[in-house]
Amino acid sequence: MKGANFYGAGFPYRDIQQLPGKLIVLEGTDGVGRSTQIKLLRRWLEDEGYAVSDTGLTRSALTASGLEAAKSGHTLGPLTLSLFYLADFADRLENLIIPALQAGFVVLSDRYFYSVMARDAIRGVDKSWSRQLYGIALRPDLILYMKADVPVLAQRLIHGRGLNYWEAGMDLHLADNMYDSFLAYQNLLTKEFDELALTYNFVTVDANQKPDTIFEDLKVHILELLHNRLTKTKKPR
Amino acid sequence: MLKPNTTKGKLIVVEGIDGSGKSTQIDLLFKWLQSQGYSVFFSEWNSSPLVKSTTKAAKKEKSFTPTTFSILHCTDFADRWENSIYPLLKAGAIVLADRYVFTAFARDVARGVDPEWVRNMYSFAIKPDAVLYFRVPLEVAVERITAARASLKYYEAGMDLNLSENINESFKLFQGKILEQYDQMVDEFGLTLIDGTQPVKDQQKKVRALIKKILRGWEGLPNPNKPAGSARPAAETGGKS
Repeated sequence: MKGANFYGAGFPYRDIQQLPGKLIVLEGTDGVGRSTQIKLLRRWLEDEGYAVSDTGLTRSALTASGLEAAKSGHTLGPLTLSLFYLADFADRLENLIIPALQAGFVVLSDRYFYSVMARDAIRGVDKSWSRQLYGIALRPDLILYMKADVPVLAQRLIHGRGLNYWEAGMDLHLADNMYDSFLAYQNLLTKEFDELALTYNFVTVDANQKPDTIFEDLKVHILELLHNRLTKTKKPR
Repeated sequence: MLKPNTTKGKLIVVEGIDGSGKSTQIDLLFKWLQSQGYSVFFSEWNSSPLVKSTTKAAKKEKSFTPTTFSILHCTDFADRWENSIYPLLKAGAIVLADRYVFTAFARDVARGVDPEWVRNMYSFAIKPDAVLYFRVPLEVAVERITAARASLKYYEAGMDLNLSENINESFKLFQGKILEQYDQMVDEFGLTLIDGTQPVKDQQKKVRALIKKILRGWEGLPNPNKPAGSARPAAETGGKS
């Protein structure tokens, strides 16, 4: 039987066979509405009878507190931050995502490593270094890239949870205030995302629309994936 | 893979399995270089205050996989690199490191991590001016460690690899695998072999001779706290006691 499909080296010390579950990633910059959509998708998929597991950046118990402490200080260099994110990612991949996929779950991932790559690239981290490091990552079955215009993002965030230091890229000193810095930073991020979209075959969804409309668009792509899977697994019988 | 040293500083590292005596030697070297009036600093593996709490918790809960073990040790290294080692080298200091990237290459690969992957992860680091590899036979190292310690730790003994139920046996098997990796790196990275079974004083004599050669004609960062009457740079008379 064919092994699981990794971008690179994967986890050579583990024998990971083909995974019956499906890994679906929602990517996009801050304020694009990913967590709202994850909630909607989860309910919908469970109604359809799929077992669903969700995960997201920085949720690993291994690194959560350390990463939090590190980000609140001032001494964190770009390489150190990047590696902290990598540890978080690897921990969730090995201990949560892969076991869930082995058990046949649909895993919804609120961002994957592409977000980390985008923010690292802006901070001068070598891109080929990142790409090799994330050779441990599984290739998702579907990457949905929620793309919205930066002014739309700003508007949503200001009326939502507000701007924060890291989402505004304040560590980069792009502007003398948080609002302008946010705009400049998110523009840079969007540029990186557009490049990643080509490299990693993202499916772009227009996230300027209303949440309900975005949800319908996402469903179309997910249904396509899940139906392919059904016909595929039924054939051999 | 590692970057050439284009800084004004000098980077000297010691490597070897647990119980090889490298820490004793680097400590002596550090004091000697200080007494010679150099600007010399010391950095130890796994010592970043920023990463410590994470590593400690994971070790306690035994929640590391070979990959997360590898990444968090690199995170620790990166923090020391960005905040201390690299700026000090740029300033023209001598940096002594007790364990460097080769420790990760040996241990992580012994744990089953992909060799190319881990080498890439550390590729931001500089190739040291000298890597002193203290080599001792496995039995000697194991004997030294088990005699000096009441008990071995879980990860240090490689218990996560299920090599043996017995922690002493597991330690021996794991150190053997690490030793194998070190030996393979001698040519790959041009490590300088030091016989760790020789008397401490003899080893130190060799170490100082090697380092003296590297520092010959080199100026570096002046040390305002230079001890009075320090021997440098009169190389012929230096290195007494």
